[in-house]
Amino acid sequence: MPVHFNEMYDGGYVRPPYARLGDWTESMPAELRHLKQAEAEALFRRIGITFAVYGEGGDPDRLIPFDMFPRVFTQAEWRRMDRGIKQRARALNAFLADVYDRAEIVKAGRIPAHLVWRNEAYEPAVAGIRPPRGVYSHIVGIDIVRTGPEDFYVLEDNCRTPSGVSYMLENREIMMRLFPGLFRENRIEPVDGYPEALRRTLASVAPQKCDGEPEIVILTPGPLNSAYYEHSFLADLMGVELVEGQDLFVEGEHVWARTTRGPRRVDVIYRRVDDAFIDPLCFRPESMLGVAGLMDVYRSGGVTIASAPGAGVADDKAVYVFVPEMIRFYLGEEPILQNVPTWQCGKRDELKYVLDHLPELVVKEVHGSGGYGMLVGPASTAEQIARFRERLVSDPGNYIAQPTLSLSTCPTFVEDGVAPRHVDLRPYCLVGERIELVPGGLTRVALTEGSLVVNSSQGGGVKDTWVLAE
Amino acid sequence: MIVTVEHATTYRYDRPVRGVVQSHRLTPARFDGQTVLAWHVAVSDGTPGGAFRDGAGDWVQSHSAHGPLSEITVTVTGRVDTRDLAGVLRGHRERIPAQAYLRDTAPTRPDKALTSLAREAVVGVEGDLDRAHRLCAAVAEAIAYRPGTTHAHTTAAEALSLGEGVCQDHAHALIAAARSQELPARYVSGYLGSDGDGEAAAEAAHAWAEIWVSGLGWVGFDAANGCCPDERYIRLGSGFDSRSASPIRGIARGEAEESLDVSVSVRAVQQQ
Repeated sequence: MPVHFNEMYDGGYVRPPYARLGDWTESMPAELRHLKQAEAEALFRRIGITFAVYGEGGDPDRLIPFDMFPRVFTQAEWRRMDRGIKQRARALNAFLADVYDRAEIVKAGRIPAHLVWRNEAYEPAVAGIRPPRGVYSHIVGIDIVRTGPEDFYVLEDNCRTPSGVSYMLENREIMMRLFPGLFRENRIEPVDGYPEALRRTLASVAPQKCDGEPEIVILTPGPLNSAYYEHSFLADLMGVELVEGQDLFVEGEHVWARTTRGPRRVDVIYRRVDDAFIDPLCFRPESMLGVAGLMDVYRSGGVTIASAPGAGVADDKAVYVFVPEMIRFYLGEEPILQNVPTWQCGKRDELKYVLDHLPELVVKEVHGSGGYGMLVGPASTAEQIARFRERLVSDPGNYIAQPTLSLSTCPTFVEDGVAPRHVDLRPYCLVGERIELVPGGLTRVALTEGSLVVNSSQGGGVKDTWVLAE
Repeated sequence: MIVTVEHATTYRYDRPVRGVVQSHRLTPARFDGQTVLAWHVAVSDGTPGGAFRDGAGDWVQSHSAHGPLSEITVTVTGRVDTRDLAGVLRGHRERIPAQAYLRDTAPTRPDKALTSLAREAVVGVEGDLDRAHRLCAAVAEAIAYRPGTTHAHTTAAEALSLGEGVCQDHAHALIAAARSQELPARYVSGYLGSDGDGEAAAEAAHAWAEIWVSGLGWVGFDAANGCCPDERYIRLGSGFDSRSASPIRGIARGEAEESLDVSVSVRAVQQQ
């Protein structure tokens, strides 16, 4: 059995950031804990935060389990992550601005041309179009795992529309209601500035043709979307309109929103609708979710779309391998946060290694997300591995493999007390005129003992994430 | 040559629609083979959107009109001074790299028949240019020019199995064949002028393919006419297939049946 880094207990000794949480749990009687847990669940139900999972059936309105045991980082740990995340967000945006312009990084041979040009997420319709401030990915979600006191790895980048930030905000809100004392005893950096920071970021990328205060809207696919709650939650907190495609239309050089007081010009659209659906005139003609003509307005500088169409080419898992190279190429710096070593199954010798070591590796689809279509070798039966091997061999270029990381654990409330469970972290980095990062993020926890899969679709839960002030 | 275009497209709706949005790729971009002398796009109703040049080097402009609307007419008139460059698209400014044009789309996805047609056509042939010529000849031979048997959504594979089609089908089939041989290829829409003699396969609103030839760049191939575009051709714009290269893409808001009426006249006159 590998030894997992426990973020709270180092042998018998409690690591400093968790110092005050030891007493807190030990002094909490089981009845009080059950009471608080029930209270938390009632609060989540009341505010209506639920998460439907694609392709799983079952109750679309089920709650993501909330674990009351917080995850804690010291200021020093966070400072390093903060620098590493911002560095990465800058490099990813520089890469996007480059591949849709002169593509110097491809010409320099620092990334294979076919990974970019033959990538489905490379969007020719936006080539040569420079978005305001050259920013493509305005909200970068970077998934980070930890394997030791000083060892942080980036698992993947999310440059399109990373979801889950509403959980970061709600988890904090609920913890403060349940345990106000904890927030007096610990000096915890606030996260509630996120909605205003997001609004400020979006306002800073208003298009050329916008004069005056930019009008921002959030474009949602509608109530049937699994993240609809988050869309309406953010719109409320930011004080902007939540719209669907049918609420917007193109007229002349601009996009307009239908309102009870007549049409109102829209300058910045934070869209939570995928590229393929945002404009039936440019992309999928059958899409009912988008706005006909939106892409032409965007491309002629009449509106900003966040994230920019085509941003997905930077967060593909095959391109991920080259992010450290992007950091060196565009910023002339060494990466502060490391990538997980990755084998590209499209390469013959790497595929051979992967096939020989399937029981110990994690294999993922290049374009997949949400924990679907992946193999966790150590947690799979011989039969599951054999089945996966067939899929892998039939289309190797569609897969990457990584070692099974010994993810850190954090104490988590379980049926009979507290036990270590594996966690990861998704912070949300905002990129506009400035790069901003709220201290914290969404901690996901694999609630099943020994499980390394933290996705909410696969039995994962969430925790409040603390960054201690100095 | 001076090529003169008069092109009117009328969309009629059997019930009034609430509005129409169109995206136009109706203005030729300059390259060494064509210089625009005069060009005008007029729409019977509505407001023009912002114009821009996209990554493929084409001029794009949208147009939106409020309803209720029973019809809308787009009229193009213009004159272009053209030169025969044997199909080579020299001096055309664009940003999308050729390799991006290796991706398949639904109408250009090759089936077994297309792949083997392409493979057999280039057996023993060296060099991109010769291979492209062979592919063009093979497609011209396999698909006879015959209007009325295919429709707007016919795929390259379907046209090949029918053995007949129009310029759109020839272009799709050639694109599919070229891409299956790892040659980047794209769809071009434009005009083909005639001097009044009425050549068999001449379609005034025309389409052909461009194939990327290393060392030369993009080269046009018109399988419908078994030639490379010359001074009778005006190039409007390109895309991955007929839909993405379409000179007019539009969507009407409302529940109505749309019918289309097109009149086009393209005359090519040798300069005195």
